[in-house]
Amino acid sequence: MVSRIVIVGAGQAAAQAAASLRAGGFDGQLVMLGNEALPPYQRPPLSKAYLSGAMGLDRVILKPVEALVDEKVELFLNDPAIKLDRSAKTVVTQSGAVHPYDALILATGSRVRVLNAQGADLKGVHYLRGIADADGLGAELQPGRRLVVIGGGYIGLEVAAVARKAGLDVTILEAAPRVLARVAPPVISTFFEGLHAEAGVRIVTGAKLSAIVGEDHVTGVQLADGQTLPADVVLVGIGILPNSELAQAAGLAAADGIETDADARTSDPAIFAIGDCASRPLVHYGHRRGRLESVHNALEQAKLAAAAILGQPRPVEEAPWFWSDQYDIKLQIAGLSAGATQTVVRGDPSQKKFAVFHLDADNRLLAVDAINAPPEFIVAKQVIARHGQLAPARLADMSVSMKEIGARG
Amino acid sequence: MAKVTYIEHNGTEHVIDVPVGTTIMEGAVKNRVPGIDADCGGACACATCHVFVDEAWIAKTGKPGSMEESMLDFAEGVTPLSRLSCQIAVTAELDGIVVRLPAAQH
Repeated sequence: MVSRIVIVGAGQAAAQAAASLRAGGFDGQLVMLGNEALPPYQRPPLSKAYLSGAMGLDRVILKPVEALVDEKVELFLNDPAIKLDRSAKTVVTQSGAVHPYDALILATGSRVRVLNAQGADLKGVHYLRGIADADGLGAELQPGRRLVVIGGGYIGLEVAAVARKAGLDVTILEAAPRVLARVAPPVISTFFEGLHAEAGVRIVTGAKLSAIVGEDHVTGVQLADGQTLPADVVLVGIGILPNSELAQAAGLAAADGIETDADARTSDPAIFAIGDCASRPLVHYGHRRGRLESVHNALEQAKLAAAAILGQPRPVEEAPWFWSDQYDIKLQIAGLSAGATQTVVRGDPSQKKFAVFHLDADNRLLAVDAINAPPEFIVAKQVIARHGQLAPARLADMSVSMKEIGARG
Repeated sequence: MAKVTYIEHNGTEHVIDVPVGTTIMEGAVKNRVPGIDADCGGACACATCHVFVDEAWIAKTGKPGSMEESMLDFAEGVTPLSRLSCQIAVTAELDGIVVRLPAAQH
């Protein structure tokens, strides 16, 4: 009988887990432990509308403290969990508080990968993960200043777009031959490189960083070829790492992320792991294991864990999905493209409205990258979840509507 | 503040004072009105905040943008009164607005 549930973490996954447990009828003690000073807030706006100032803190907060009180969640902030004792079934926090549990949900999230380079600790070198990071970076985004972004991934590109619109001089350095190399096909990379170039952002691909230079505050970024790019502000966006140490120290299976089954349950049946920190079976991709860094994954795994704890039927898993906003462009991605053997472009990239479909050798749809193209995104998301096949020629034919393709393949 | 009445699919009414400058979606989510998921938090990326605006108010909410329109096109049970509630900015003119929630958002 589960009467005490502890959630370690107070991010989006944690907030959803609490909501789903209450919505599912759990009326026992529910404890939420957060590292930061704030109740659960949304991270996606931190590199977009919050950073630009278009959205204030009150709108970024997902669950105000009062809403959690209303939900009978006992919220402890600014007090990181430091020890998990599985035999005693307790979590110990930095302040020394001991929280007993019958079921435990680890929603410990992720942290930024730190740049290993000389000068990386100079003032003016920023990362972006939490509110404090966004506030620190935002304060430095003044018109006329020079921003160098290290890493041409989503965080780097989104910050570049915000900074450019704010009137900064922006350069993006990417080590790979193209931006978004890890997460998108070449046609999407080319599109975003063009979009940023059009906005006046300089992009250096194949960039080899040698050092960040400056006395106390950054003044430039030096490349291996000897040139130094002047910089007043540097943003490092080179990926995130799962916070799995608490779980690992307690002997739970965790390689790249805390390993879970399809119910978000870890190798200890009383412990669940959800969101960025978890490595889950990808049910639409032959159950191979993967870590998904997205809001959708945080919400979905939270619902899976809540259902499993309450002994309720497992919610139906959607295809993974994700989005990015840059300038007036909305990128929506559904699915995972690994293993695709063919891509089909539908629409015209020069019109800033197109989609790239990723299919396997049997024409099974694995993923879509949709640029300002919601019908392509929505239909693909549904087709991926039912493991459907689509005819490449029909996909490429704009005279066949996405509704028709969704209905008949 | 504008008074917004949310009517769940089962008929339960929630009358909420929603700050001007936020959205109809945020008023529901922050006050735990069930029936609006808003997975993407208001980025017009997920179409899980579908509402039916009361006929008397639909004109005052303005026209959906092209992204919203094409997302809505795929929502379940869409009607001419359908909107994505994250795209309806709350203004003083919307004081008293009534929106109805669908049975499900997926």
